[in-house]
Amino acid sequence: MIQRRLIPTYIFLTICSLISVFPLYWMFAAATNDTVSVARGSIAFGNQLMVNFEHLKAAVQGTLWSSMGNSFLYSIVQTVFTLFVCSIAGYGFELYHDKGKDRLFGILLLAMMVPAVATMVPLYGLVSKAKLLNTVWAFILPGISTPFMIMMFRQNSRNFPPDIMEAARIDGLPEWKIFFKMYVPIQKSIYAAAAVITFMNAWNAYMWPKVVMSDNRAQTMPMFIANISSGYTVDYGMTMLGVLFCSLPTMIVFFVLQKQFAEGITGSVK
Amino acid sequence: MTLANKQLAAGWLFLTPATILIFIMSFYPIIQAFITSFKTGKGVNIQFANPLTYNYSRMLQDVIFKTSMKNTFLYLIVEVPIMLILAILLAQLLNNKDLKFKGLFRTAIFLPCATSLVSYSLIFKSMFATQGLINTVLMNLGLIHENINFLGTASTARAVIIIALIWRWTGYNMVFYLAGLQNIEYSVYEAAKIDGANGWKTFWNITVPLLKPTIVMTAIMSINGTLQLFDESVNLTSGGPANQTITMSHYIYNQAFGQGVGNFGYTSAMSFVVFIMVAILAFINLKVGDTRD
Repeated sequence: MIQRRLIPTYIFLTICSLISVFPLYWMFAAATNDTVSVARGSIAFGNQLMVNFEHLKAAVQGTLWSSMGNSFLYSIVQTVFTLFVCSIAGYGFELYHDKGKDRLFGILLLAMMVPAVATMVPLYGLVSKAKLLNTVWAFILPGISTPFMIMMFRQNSRNFPPDIMEAARIDGLPEWKIFFKMYVPIQKSIYAAAAVITFMNAWNAYMWPKVVMSDNRAQTMPMFIANISSGYTVDYGMTMLGVLFCSLPTMIVFFVLQKQFAEGITGSVK
Repeated sequence: MTLANKQLAAGWLFLTPATILIFIMSFYPIIQAFITSFKTGKGVNIQFANPLTYNYSRMLQDVIFKTSMKNTFLYLIVEVPIMLILAILLAQLLNNKDLKFKGLFRTAIFLPCATSLVSYSLIFKSMFATQGLINTVLMNLGLIHENINFLGTASTARAVIIIALIWRWTGYNMVFYLAGLQNIEYSVYEAAKIDGANGWKTFWNITVPLLKPTIVMTAIMSINGTLQLFDESVNLTSGGPANQTITMSHYIYNQAFGQGVGNFGYTSAMSFVVFIMVAILAFINLKVGDTRD
């Protein structure tokens, strides 16, 4: 039974939900319509999906699938490296903490204040000197280690009882095995949350890839759809289909890991 | 090696990769940017300027840079408070034990965050186009008599960017508040109810103070993000009309890799200014939010 006093809450939440979802619904609908119907304001589904798809493929001489593939490759590699590097750091900072490590943690947090745009030019120099332009390394290097991720893992490590470590040590388990055999399995939800955030950020990255992935064959999905829509005449149906392609993977990742994501976040704001 | 030493070494080993990466990817470049900010010249032909502060004085006369700064701060001042208040309100409503369809509402409101920044910029660009959905709807409702050129007029284009930002990020912040609220014992609310506190009082006297650390965190993240706005400016308005909606990051990018190409000294000076702003605002935030007083 819906309680009567909550009716205003339901109404407010419904309005907010509709506003949230509508532009995404519209994206789906527009992807199936031709430009004229989109411009006329049609919000019903049309029958132009395949036509738009042909336009999309033709618009950029076959780079649709390669940018899709690149985005998957870069995002997955980024996620794997980030999860590994930041989780061992968060674990080390929390469970082996002493004065020196706490001080180092404080220094690392300062990196949160360094905006991406401020490091863009020097990092570009670094990456090009190392001959890494247009490689997956250029894409992932600046994003692997972030204070936010380390902090998230550190906060969550508080759930891990140090007694277990002592017991494991008495049984003769080496330190790295304690991490892999005991820490990782019980921290699944935080790994899921961190994976969702990292994958989404990597998939959506735009400014940095625009700088270091200038080769057409190295471009990502966001670069791809930004390119197809930058012309003077805009084909709305085609553009929205591109936008849809670019959004689906992150939406799927979010839906699949939604529950663990919420749990992981809860652990990290304690 | 003794057992204690082994543990000590293991502890340091765990944090080494992350630490080295942060030093190379954040601290080294920001120092490098600071040094470069005193140099002039294009591309690799770059040397110390005479006077050293040449780039900084150039900035003071650069009309586009000033506009980009004004825009960025306008977005910041209008968008961040609206978004954070809305996010807390939504989280508070969704935290009600008696509420049904919670999961559905939460998913719907978070969904915008699953779209990429470029994607949603293009969705809003299309919806607010002169021949677009919003104009058609307003026309059919009889609210306007001719199409509004939303993205071609400075003030409305800025408004569209702000609306888009609120749409994209409110749900993201809401998730953090929801998580924060779940860490507050329900008994605290029960006690307040027994003491006769109404919804509004409970919100101000219990929810807000207990959420303070989360509020500080989301405020820092949002301020940081807004000062670095790039994708929206590039893809929603292309900075236009006539650079009237351009953001600092967008202008810096243009000077380094876009139309200006290779103005690395000047770019470094501008990006160092952004760094100082982010640092000051984050510092103020931390001071205001310090709960140890």
